[in-house]
Amino acid sequence: MPEGILCNKQPIVTDEQLKLTLGDKSGKQYYAEMEQLEVDTDKLWSTIQNTMKSRLKTWLNICAKCGLCADSCFLYECNDRDPRQVPSAKIHATLGEIVKRKGKVDNAFMRKCMDIAWSWCTCCNRCGQFCPHGIDMGVMFSYTRGLLFSQGFVPWELKIGSGMHRVYKAQMDVTTEDWVDTCEWMADENSEEWPGLEIPVDKEDADIMYTLNAREAKHYPEDIAEAAILFHVAGENWTVPSEGWEQTSLTIFAGDWEGCKQQVLHVYDAIERLRPKRVVGTECGHAHRATVIEGPYWAGREDGQPPRPYIHYVEWLAEMLRTGRIKIDPAKRIKEPVTLQDSCNYVRNQGLKNITREIMSYLVEPGYFVEMAPNKEYNYCCGGGGGFNGIGKYRPQRNIALLKKREQILATGCKLVVAPCHNCWDAIRDLEEEYPIGIRWSFLKPLVIKMMIVPDHLKPQDEEGEEE
Amino acid sequence: MYNFLTGPMVWITFLVVVVGLTYHVVTYIRGLDWRLDRVGYRPNMQHGLKGAARSIFFWILPWGSHGWRAKPLFTLLFFSFHIGLLFTPIFLEAHNIMLKDSWGIRLPGISAGLADFLSWVVVIGGIFLILRRIAYPEVRILTSAYDYMLIVIAVSPFLTGLIARYNVGNYDFWLLIHIITGHVWLLSLVFTKLNHVVLFFLSRAQLGMDYGIKRGGMKGTQMTW
Ligand code: SF4
Ligand code: SF4
Ligand code: SF4
Repeated sequence: MPEGILCNKQPIVTDEQLKLTLGDKSGKQYYAEMEQLEVDTDKLWSTIQNTMKSRLKTWLNICAKCGLCADSCFLYECNDRDPRQVPSAKIHATLGEIVKRKGKVDNAFMRKCMDIAWSWCTCCNRCGQFCPHGIDMGVMFSYTRGLLFSQGFVPWELKIGSGMHRVYKAQMDVTTEDWVDTCEWMADENSEEWPGLEIPVDKEDADIMYTLNAREAKHYPEDIAEAAILFHVAGENWTVPSEGWEQTSLTIFAGDWEGCKQQVLHVYDAIERLRPKRVVGTECGHAHRATVIEGPYWAGREDGQPPRPYIHYVEWLAEMLRTGRIKIDPAKRIKEPVTLQDSCNYVRNQGLKNITREIMSYLVEPGYFVEMAPNKEYNYCCGGGGGFNGIGKYRPQRNIALLKKREQILATGCKLVVAPCHNCWDAIRDLEEEYPIGIRWSFLKPLVIKMMIVPDHLKPQDEEGEEE
Repeated sequence: MYNFLTGPMVWITFLVVVVGLTYHVVTYIRGLDWRLDRVGYRPNMQHGLKGAARSIFFWILPWGSHGWRAKPLFTLLFFSFHIGLLFTPIFLEAHNIMLKDSWGIRLPGISAGLADFLSWVVVIGGIFLILRRIAYPEVRILTSAYDYMLIVIAVSPFLTGLIARYNVGNYDFWLLIHIITGHVWLLSLVFTKLNHVVLFFLSRAQLGMDYGIKRGGMKGTQMTW
C-alpha cells in the first residue's frame, strides 16, 4: 500500500479528513498504515538537494565527532548517558544516513527516524552552544522533521495539529465565532469585578494587538480574562483580531513548513488590517518563536521582522512594571523561595533572559528569588518542548525527559515555579503529576493580578458611588 | 624524486590548496540562503557581522566560550594540538630556508627547541585524541575508521619530522616520508574533513550571525555561546 487513508503524504486540509483522523483512537489505524507507507526516495533526495545547502551540508560534513555536545543534551543525561543519545550520534543515525544513502531508505528506517526526531530531540537548541563548530542539532532535527513530514512519517497528534492549523487557522477547532464569543463571555463574566472591562475585537489603529494560544481560547479562557484585566489596569488601548488571533503553530513542531507559512500569514494579515502600533503575544514560547522569530522568514520578509514590532508578554509586562503603569503592592510580594523557568524558545532563541529577571525583581521580596542551575540561555528544556508534551506514543520517553527539570527544581529548594511559557507550564504540571515533589507553578498574569495595586477608579463602586 | 617533491610538487600542492580552500569558502558563502537558513543576513549585516566576530573570537580563545569552559582539560588538549599543528610548519626554520630559496621570502623562524617541543605536543596530543576516542563511550559511538585516519594524517608529518631530525634510522628515507606525509597533510585540507581549517570560521560566522541577528543580538542581549 503506497499511501494509507489516514497516514499518507498529504497534509490534512479538510474538516472531513481531520475528523476522520481524529476519530482514530490514539492513532491505532494511523500507525498501522504507517508501517505500509511507501517512501518516495526520489522526491526525498531531490528535496535534500534543493534545500540542504551550506549550513546543513557543512554541519553534517565537518562534525569532528568529538562528542563535546554529549553532556549538553538533557535527553542524553536523563537516559543514563546512552551514547545513542549524543546529539551528533542522533543526527548521523538519521539525517546523516539519509544523505549518505542519497535518499534510498526504506519504511522501517523512516519510522526509526520519526521516533528519534520526535522523541530523542526537542529542538531545544542547547547543544548548538557547546559545539566548537557551531553545529546546532535543534536546527538539524527541525529540518529532518520537515523531510519526514513531507513523506508522511509524522506522529499522529502532529499530523492532526498541522491539519487543525490548515483547516481552522488554529491548533484547535476554535472557529472565528467561538473565539469572538469567548471574548464577549470573558468580558461579561468579569465586568462586575472590573467595571468597564472590555475585550475589544477588531479595533483599528489600537496601540496594541494581542495574540494568544488557541488552548487559552478553548480550555483556559480565564487566561484571556487575565490579559484583559492587566491591559485594563495598565490603561492600554488594545484589541484582539477576530481572525489571525492564534499565535501558536503546531506546524513548526510537525515540520509542516507550508502550514507554518499559512498560519503566520493569518496573524500578519490581521496586523496589516488593524494597523496596531505593536503586537503583544501571550506567555508562550513556541508561539513567539513561530510568529516573531521564524515567522517573518516563512512569510518571505527578508529583514526577519514581523510587519509591526511584536513583543513577548514578558517584555510588555516588564515595561508596565518599570514605568509604573502596573504597580505591585509591596506587602503582597512573594515571600517564599521562588524559581523561574527560562523558556528555550524566547530566552535561548531570542535573548529575553534579563527581562524576566527584571519582572521577578518587582514581584519577589529581595532574597527569595532562586536561580536554577544552569539558567538563562544555558537552561535545559522543560522536557516537553518541540511537541513532546502532546504525543501519546512517546509519553514514556517524555516522562523520562521531565527528570532533568525535576532535578533542577529540587536543587533550588523552591516550591513555587514561575513558568511564562505554555508548554513549560504543561510540562511542569505533568512533572508534579508523574513524580510528586510538592511544587506549584504559575504563569505571570495570575501572580501579577493578585499582587498589583488596583487604582480606585477601576474598582467596583457601590450605589452611592462609594468604594465597596 | 626528492627534487620533484620539493620543487614542482610544492607548487602543485600549494595551488590545489589555495584553489580548493577558496572553492570551499566561495561555495559556502554562495550557498547561504536567508530563506532556508531563516536568517536575514543582508538587511541586518551590522548585527550579523558583530555576532560572527564574537562567535569566532570567543571560540578561538582558549576557555573563551562557555563550551570550552565546560570541558577545561579537553580544551587544553585541543588548543595545544592545534597550535602545534598550525604554528610549527609555518615558522619552522628549515621550511623557511626552503621558502627563501624558492620564493625569496621568509617568515620569522622559531628555535629548534621550540619546534621540537611543539611537534611532540602534536604527536602526544594525537595519541591522547585517539585514546579518548577509545575510552569514552560518547565519543566511541561517533568514531569511525575515517576519524582515526584523519588523526594519523594530521600527526604523520610531525612524527616523521621528529624521526628524521633525531637521525633515527636512515635520514634520507625519513625525510622523504616526511615530505610525502606533508603533501598528504596539505592536500587533505582540501579533500577531507580537515577542510574545517576554513569551514570552522565560516560555520562559526554563520551561527554567530544567526545569534547576532535573530537569537538575541538585535534584542541587545549578547550571548557567548
Ligand atoms: S560537538 Fe559538534 S563537532 Fe563535536 S561531535 Fe558534537 S556536533 Fe560534532
Ligand atoms: S536540540 Fe536539545 S534535545 Fe536536541 S539534541 Fe540538542 S540538546 Fe538534545
Ligand atoms: S516548552 Fe519551554 S522549555 Fe521546553 S522546549 Fe519549549 S520553550 Fe523550551
